[in-house]
Amino acid sequence: MIDKKLYDMPKGTDMAWCPGCGNFPILNIVKMALSELDRAPQDVVICSGIGQAAKTPHYLRVNYFNGLHGRALPPAIAIKNVNPKLTVIAESGDGDTYGEGGNHFMHTIRRNPDITNIVHDNMIYGLTKGQASPMSEKGLKNPIQPDGVIVDQFNPLAVALSLDATFVARAFTGDILQTKEIIKAAILHKGYALIDVLQPCVVFNKQNTYQWFKEKGYYVDEAHDKTDKMKALELAFDLDRLALGIIYQREGKPSYETLVREGNEPMFERVLDTAALNTLIKSYK
Amino acid sequence: MKNFSRDISLVLGGSAGMGIQTIEATLVSVLKREGYHVFASKEYMSRIRGGSNSTEIRITNKRRASFVKRIDFLFALDADVIPHLEKRITSKTIILGERQKVCRGTTVCQVIDVPFTQFANELGNPIYTSTVAVGIVLGMFRADEALFETYLRERFARKGNEIVEKNIEAGKKGYDFGKHIAYNEGIEVNLSQNKAVEKEILIDGNDALGLGILASGCNYISSYPMSPGTGILTFLAQHKKEFGIVIDQAEDEISAINHSIGAWYAGARAIVSTSGGGFDLMTEGVSLSGIIETPIVVHIGQRPGPATGLPTRTEQADLNLVLYAGHGEFPRAVFAPGTHEEAFFLAQQAFFIADKYQIPVFILTDQYFLDSIRSFPEESLQTLTPENHIIKTDADYKRYALTPDGISPRGVPGYGQGLVGIDSDEHDEDAHITESAEMRVLMHEKRLGKIKGIREEALLPTEIGDVHHAEMIVISWGSNKGVLEEALIHIDDERIAGVHFSQVYPLPENTKKLFAKKKVVVLENNASGQFANLLKLEYGIKISESILKYDGDPFFVEEVVKRFKTLIKDFEL
Ligand SMILES: Cc1ncc(C[n+]2csc(CCOP(=O)(O)OP(=O)(O)O)c2C)c(N)n1
Ligand code: SF4
Repeated sequence: MIDKKLYDMPKGTDMAWCPGCGNFPILNIVKMALSELDRAPQDVVICSGIGQAAKTPHYLRVNYFNGLHGRALPPAIAIKNVNPKLTVIAESGDGDTYGEGGNHFMHTIRRNPDITNIVHDNMIYGLTKGQASPMSEKGLKNPIQPDGVIVDQFNPLAVALSLDATFVARAFTGDILQTKEIIKAAILHKGYALIDVLQPCVVFNKQNTYQWFKEKGYYVDEAHDKTDKMKALELAFDLDRLALGIIYQREGKPSYETLVREGNEPMFERVLDTAALNTLIKSYK
Repeated sequence: MKNFSRDISLVLGGSAGMGIQTIEATLVSVLKREGYHVFASKEYMSRIRGGSNSTEIRITNKRRASFVKRIDFLFALDADVIPHLEKRITSKTIILGERQKVCRGTTVCQVIDVPFTQFANELGNPIYTSTVAVGIVLGMFRADEALFETYLRERFARKGNEIVEKNIEAGKKGYDFGKHIAYNEGIEVNLSQNKAVEKEILIDGNDALGLGILASGCNYISSYPMSPGTGILTFLAQHKKEFGIVIDQAEDEISAINHSIGAWYAGARAIVSTSGGGFDLMTEGVSLSGIIETPIVVHIGQRPGPATGLPTRTEQADLNLVLYAGHGEFPRAVFAPGTHEEAFFLAQQAFFIADKYQIPVFILTDQYFLDSIRSFPEESLQTLTPENHIIKTDADYKRYALTPDGISPRGVPGYGQGLVGIDSDEHDEDAHITESAEMRVLMHEKRLGKIKGIREEALLPTEIGDVHHAEMIVISWGSNKGVLEEALIHIDDERIAGVHFSQVYPLPENTKKLFAKKKVVVLENNASGQFANLLKLEYGIKISESILKYDGDPFFVEEVVKRFKTLIKDFEL
């Protein structure tokens, strides 16, 4: 097992998160999961978009691609295609993943790349100071909808299931041990894995607090059949109680990088086949 | 007697789905093997069936690479061809077609009757009429019949003996008919043939660029289809196995460019191909490449805009778009091939510059260039040794190490002991977000400073004629090289010379002196004179006049020659 401290940033690193924020435990959980799975920092890449959650890769020592708002997934797919030996995690906020990145979310699921998608779901836009996110509950008051959100919430689990995602989970940042096990299972899963992690924003979301999530959330029991898609959909559609744990998992669907390329070697090792090029040029005679 | 001895413009017109493409492909291949110089370009409508499309094939005794208005022979495959090409038809145009079909509804119609239906009936299938048509041209030219037969055997070999024999029969019927027409109408063709041409490569702009992209070591493409940029995506997809290329048809252009930048980050050599409308969506990725100093090569096949514009026509109006795409300030380079050989070379240069300086680089082509076919000797394909600028990292690796030339060695994840981070926020040497004003200035100047090296490596323009002694210099860029060259030959006046730019940004510094004390005229396929404006900005020179065209067609040689003549008068040269 790799020493978890290896992933730590030097003491005194400037953190932009507010004290008490649900992002801190997620950061800790990810480090624990990587350490227990023995992933060397050099072999891990975290991709993120923009937002408070998207700053995560700056707070642990691994490779990272902190790109544009909503675009954590396209580079993550590419990185896995170029070097399948890397452990690739896309980690961003709910606004970033489901709002700005909605189209990529949909089409990443269809491709099924072997990456882990951890969504910090605080049901609000944190970095831009408390506007509604696609996950905000109807009625939630915010600076742009002072009378409350008027449209329905997005349902990432149901969308992922209906697009045939092969690993769909929900977790709660308040529960370190269970969430760690879910994330480990997601990293080990061969294919796209979604974990929607409920994460309170203590500054801007006064409605969906630690207490609220604790009351709403419950774990699927041991007997839950993870391969039962209809049951999984039923759980996904239940917004009165929020099912936690691995809701759905299915093995055997080929992952994208195995479909678009041959072998496992990193592409920077490839050299141009000049003989093939010359043959091709001559075929135009 | 109608004698053709130097330069023939043969146009095939018909609706989509009639097989014009097949006739064009066969004809240019056979004529090239016969030792003629050929150049073909097409115009077509944005539809899959019907409409009115045409292909011009120029058959010349010297190498030519441009479009002429004149039509010597017109093969009209249906009734719409004549009204469609009305402006280009003169009393000298020899029109061939099935009179019954072509002349429907017109009283005066001077068409040499080619009974295609009768041929089809005799051969048992209309599918062979394209081979008949090719035969007719070759018959009129009294080309080598045996060569034609060999070609047909090769081309149809995969389809079995029966198809081969039927095509040979069709070809012979056409050939005899062509000879008969030539005799009856007193048409004489005496174009000189050149043995060396037989061995040349015959290729369109799209594939020439595609080969250059392969030669650059490109192994990754994520793109979303948009004409005429799709051809490169298709080309690479067809060769993915031999060259180990990953092909990703993205969900949209935003994904395509972010995906491709991710591919470079991980160590691939990626390109995205699109047209102006698709590129509009990619601009956020361009500024991402700018700040994270991760290379990207973008090919834009231009077509007229704004928005969806004229989907299948040509224009050079996206120069401003690529010059200013993305927000904030960062260096970039823009290449625009003027010939097929240049496309092959520039693709490699684009990858080289993108990789070395870790910047976004653009290749601007257009529909006219991508769709035009030409032959040239294989030796004129210039290759660069593909260099990979990736380094193996040490444990204390810093992605954005401050260096005198602004280039920080680029590591990739999983290669070496270091960690490779990139960040779209302003960052420090370790790629971590910073709001330090001092660091902002250092990083910004580091990135911007790279333009110095990029400019020093800028490709020199091609001089056409005696630039030093000329009084008027005509400048072209991109696909107008051929028309400028040919118009200058026609004008044949030493007071006028040409300068062609294939790297359009940044411009090489010392070239500015070429324009001192001269009348400078810029020829470009847009309405606002975008390159003329750039020349003013880069060189501070005065532009006397612009020759512009923006109706969706490329320049004809004739109209450029005419403009030159008026300019000579206006400038009192
Ligand atoms: C293209 C673009 N649009 C808007 C923004 C501004 N912006 C930054 S973060 C953000 C929302 C982030 O919300 P979420 O993903 O939920 O993350 P959180 O901050 O809540 O963790 C927005 C709108 C941006 N950076 N880029
Ligand atoms: S704004 Fe909210 S989500 Fe962001 S760090 Fe503060 S508490 Fe956390």
